[in-house]
Amino acid sequence: MKKKLITITAALALGLVSPALAETTLEKVKERGRLICGSSQGTPGFGAPDDKGYWRGLDVETCRAVAVAVLDDKDAVDFVPLSGQQRIPALQTGEIDMLPRTLTWTLQRDANGINLTTPNYFEYTGFMMPKKLGITKVEDMSGASVCVQTGSTTEVVVNDVSTKNNLGLKPVVFDNTTAARQAFFSGRCDALITDAGALASVRATMADNPDNYIIFPATKYMDALTPAVRHGDDQWLDIVNWSIQALIAAEAFGLTQKNIDSFKKSDDPRIRRFLGTDPGNGQALGLSDDFAYRIVKALGNYGEMFERNVGKESPLKLTRGRNALFTDGGLMFPLAFQ
Amino acid sequence: MISALWYSARVRAWAAQIALLAGLGLFLWMIVGNTVENLTARGIRTGFDYLWRPARFPISESIIRYDASDSFLWAYVAGLANTLWLSLLSIVFATILGLFVCLARLSHHPVLSYMTGVYVTVLRNVPLIVQLLFWYAIATSVFPAPRAALNPLPGLFLSIRGVYAPALIVEPGGWFFLIASAALFIVALAVGLWSARRARSFGAPILLAALAFWAATNVVLYVALGRPLKLEMPELNGLNFSGGTNLSPEFAAIIIGLTIYTSAFIGEIIRGGIEAIDKGQWEGARALGLSERVVMFKVILPQALRIIVPPMTSQYLSTVKNTTLAVAVGYPELGLVVNTVINQTGQAIESILIMLCVFLSISLSVSLFMNWYNARVALVVR
Repeated sequence: MKKKLITITAALALGLVSPALAETTLEKVKERGRLICGSSQGTPGFGAPDDKGYWRGLDVETCRAVAVAVLDDKDAVDFVPLSGQQRIPALQTGEIDMLPRTLTWTLQRDANGINLTTPNYFEYTGFMMPKKLGITKVEDMSGASVCVQTGSTTEVVVNDVSTKNNLGLKPVVFDNTTAARQAFFSGRCDALITDAGALASVRATMADNPDNYIIFPATKYMDALTPAVRHGDDQWLDIVNWSIQALIAAEAFGLTQKNIDSFKKSDDPRIRRFLGTDPGNGQALGLSDDFAYRIVKALGNYGEMFERNVGKESPLKLTRGRNALFTDGGLMFPLAFQ
Repeated sequence: MISALWYSARVRAWAAQIALLAGLGLFLWMIVGNTVENLTARGIRTGFDYLWRPARFPISESIIRYDASDSFLWAYVAGLANTLWLSLLSIVFATILGLFVCLARLSHHPVLSYMTGVYVTVLRNVPLIVQLLFWYAIATSVFPAPRAALNPLPGLFLSIRGVYAPALIVEPGGWFFLIASAALFIVALAVGLWSARRARSFGAPILLAALAFWAATNVVLYVALGRPLKLEMPELNGLNFSGGTNLSPEFAAIIIGLTIYTSAFIGEIIRGGIEAIDKGQWEGARALGLSERVVMFKVILPQALRIIVPPMTSQYLSTVKNTTLAVAVGYPELGLVVNTVINQTGQAIESILIMLCVFLSISLSVSLFMNWYNARVALVVR
């Protein structure tokens, strides 16, 4: 009996001292040698494994950029597919280091345990409908049933749109993305609602004939899809922020994967600082000074990434639109690399 | 003195109990404390004040009135109502179907008995979630689009959007009419049966007369109250049907899937109970010259019930818990609502805690009721 009591006391004492971890995310990732990213459960163009099992997509490559910055290896990343509701708790509990997964930047999310970094995609919420129904705008959708997936902001958008325009939309809410998409294509719903980019992805990959479907905006408001990190590690927030900035700045400077080496002897001080030829930027973040150079060398600039994954060179065929540089009328704006 | 206490078995036993209890208390306190501390450190909101904020998300269907402007609390209530409704219907249907499955399996008809054997084996060995997805695929593929809906009877439409049927609209005075009509029916039936039994040979005409009287008063009452009941016909309006009542494919899939799956288990439980009764009981009852029906219902089933009730309790409990699989086919029971709330508020622990308490209460209630019933049918030892 005495022995049992001692065992119990020992167990309790162990429990008291256990939750103490003062390691930063950067240290953890370096020690592990791998970066762990949350990913979608399959949205080709943004995040999905290809037929060889290699993860591709705009969100996936955003994550690879951080891996290049920190570990100098774009393949030193593990992707954890997460559902809409799993993704934020997984980030908060430390299961993943970073969450680039078509996550809309909202006040509630920002205030409640995560930090949003730099938007890597600007987007409106859209409806997709079969063309044969002859509907092209929200105002005509009266009484339509809409397939919705939970774990997104679209549930609220459906309700807001329906109330505002007095449409009486009938939502059919699904717990997983695939079920919602299948229900839409089987004709259970008249429309499918989600980010227009994801809709284009679904249309390009799941429809028998993509031309039979039309996508139109559900609201006039744009959303910023933004990779997120945990609260409480400012250094890590900065690293992710500036890794994404590096992609955008490279495009603004005209640096591409192919031509970047030719700029190594450039006299432009901005480019010299960017490439790390003039030192200081990387060190400030706790990285090596040439982190931006390595990112562009491994993955190209934001424009190259866009065209490869969702633009001209992809089945999605999305145009740059609001995701063009500010100089071309878009919202992508490089901050000063100094 | 102290050594006497140290070696006293009673004191030791008490001390051990107290130490164990204190240890458990400390352990729980630490877990809760750690959790709250960690959540605060990660900047995650805690507490239940979100329950009173407007939910803003839609619920596809609910048996009580719910609107997106209602509170999160009310969203839980709507989800709970759906869960209870689903549990109740599937338990009742599965029990009835299960009884038939059992009788078919026990029958001396070889084809029937063999077929039910296959039914039970297949259903028990395929995961429920697969069955639900199968039924949902059926429900959303056999019927045509709403614009080409099947219309077998006036006001009844079958389409991929489910079954639309006329709805009963109760206007002022309608409830009074319905209650009065039901009460009158009971009185007429009681009086009719009572006098029919006394009159013997005139039994049937007297009963008919009583029912005719009931029908006549109904007509008079209905007209006198200004025709308080109306049928609302569903009609195709733009993209969808409006009006009428709707049985959605989601609800149909979950109710059919859950009922059929559970009936296979219930059938086997009942069969087990009946087969456990000694053969001598059948033979004895038959030797007394009792009819087969009386043998079954007065001799065998009452004894079998004692064996059936305890496993049936756990089967009912699993059915209640299985309703959470309805998320897979998009039926908004409590689990789906909780998932949505977690996503909207980020307060996972609180939401899961609520779901935990709710399911515990439902299961304990079912358990209590079944235990009471079990005590009633248990063998009384005099």
